[in-house]
Amino acid sequence: MVRKTAILFLAIAIAAGTGALAAETLESGLRGSTPLNEEGPAPPMTPMRNTAEKEVRNYPEQPPVIPHSIDGYQIDLHSNKCLSCHARARTAESQAPMVSITHFMDRDGQFLASISPRRYFCTECHVPQNVTNPPVSNDFVDIDTMLSRAAPDGRR
Amino acid sequence: MTGLDQKEPRPGFAKRAWSFLLELLDVLIKPSTVFGLGVLVIAGFVAGIIFWGGFNTALEVTNTEKFCTSCHEMRDNVFAELKSTIHFTNRSGVRATCPDCHVPHNWTDKIARKMQASQEVWGKLFGYINTREKFQDKRLELALHEWARFKANDSLECRNCHSADSMDVTKQSPRAAVAHERYLFTGEKTCIDCHKGIAHHLPDMRGVPGWQ
Repeated sequence: MVRKTAILFLAIAIAAGTGALAAETLESGLRGSTPLNEEGPAPPMTPMRNTAEKEVRNYPEQPPVIPHSIDGYQIDLHSNKCLSCHARARTAESQAPMVSITHFMDRDGQFLASISPRRYFCTECHVPQNVTNPPVSNDFVDIDTMLSRAAPDGRR
Repeated sequence: MTGLDQKEPRPGFAKRAWSFLLELLDVLIKPSTVFGLGVLVIAGFVAGIIFWGGFNTALEVTNTEKFCTSCHEMRDNVFAELKSTIHFTNRSGVRATCPDCHVPHNWTDKIARKMQASQEVWGKLFGYINTREKFQDKRLELALHEWARFKANDSLECRNCHSADSMDVTKQSPRAAVAHERYLFTGEKTCIDCHKGIAHHLPDMRGVPGWQ
C-alpha cells in the first residue's frame, strides 16, 4: 500500500516536472523566445550604412569596412565594380581611397604592377555595414585602451 | 500543220512586267466609273485607320517584355540577369521593361531602331547567340553597341525616367550626390559612363575605359 502510494506520487511529480519544463520558454538574445524545435519569424532586414564616412578600425590589421552600399556591384572573372573607383588610376576622378599597396604583393612578397589575383575579390575581407542593434553585447577593448590600463601614467 | 500550232513566241518577262505596270497605272489614274467619290473617300479613310492602327499595334506588340522574352536568347540570358536588379523589382513597384531602355520612345527614332533590329532577326534565324557560350563570346560586342548608342544620345533612355533637373541630391547618399554634382550636372559625363552593368551582367571589361 505504501509502495503503491509512493509510485503514484512519483508519477505525479514526474508529470508536473515535464509539464513545467515544456511550458518554460528559452530566452536567448540571438533566437528570441522561439522554442528550439521551431523556426521563428525572420527579423526584418535593416538598412545599409551608406554615409561614405570612414569608420575607425578596431585593430591595425583590420580590413576597413565598406561605408557605403554595394548592392548589385559585380565582382567576378569579367569585371570588378569596386576597382572602377578604388583602382590606382581611378582615384583622382572618384576621390575614393586607393586599394592598399599590400594588395599588389604576391604571396612571396613581390610587388606586382596591379592588384594581385589573390586580393581581387574585395568582399572576402571588406564588408558593408548594416544599421542595427546588436542582439548580444560585446566587450571588445582596443589595444590603446589596454595599454593605458596597464600603464596608468601614460608611459608605454 | 495548221495555224493553231503556230504560237506567237511569249514576250519576255521584262516586257510583260512593263505592260502590266502600264495597265495598273491606267487603272489608278482613271476616275472610277463604279464607286462614288464619297464611297471611295470613306473606304480610304476606314482602310487607313485599319492599316495604320494595325501597323502601330504590331509595332507595340514587338515593344513588350513578353515579346522580347519569347526568345530563349533573351529569356535565359539578359532577362534572367535583369531579375535581380533594381530595375525589375524595387520599393515603389515600377518596372523598366526591355523596350524602356533599348527602344527610343520618340516615334522617328523608334522606327529607325526597329529597322536596325532587322539585323537582330537575322541573327536569331541563324542562331548567332543560340547557346549561352555563344552569347558570352558575343557579349562584349553587343554591350559595346548599346554603350555607344547610349553615349551618342546622351543616355536618352535613362533620361526618359531619370532627369537631372528633378534629381534631389540631398535625398541621395553623399557619395552619389558628390558624383552627380561633379560629373552629371556639369555635363562632363552621361549616365552610361558610370552606370554600366546596372541591368545586366558585365562582359569581360579589360580594355573598357574606366575599368580594370
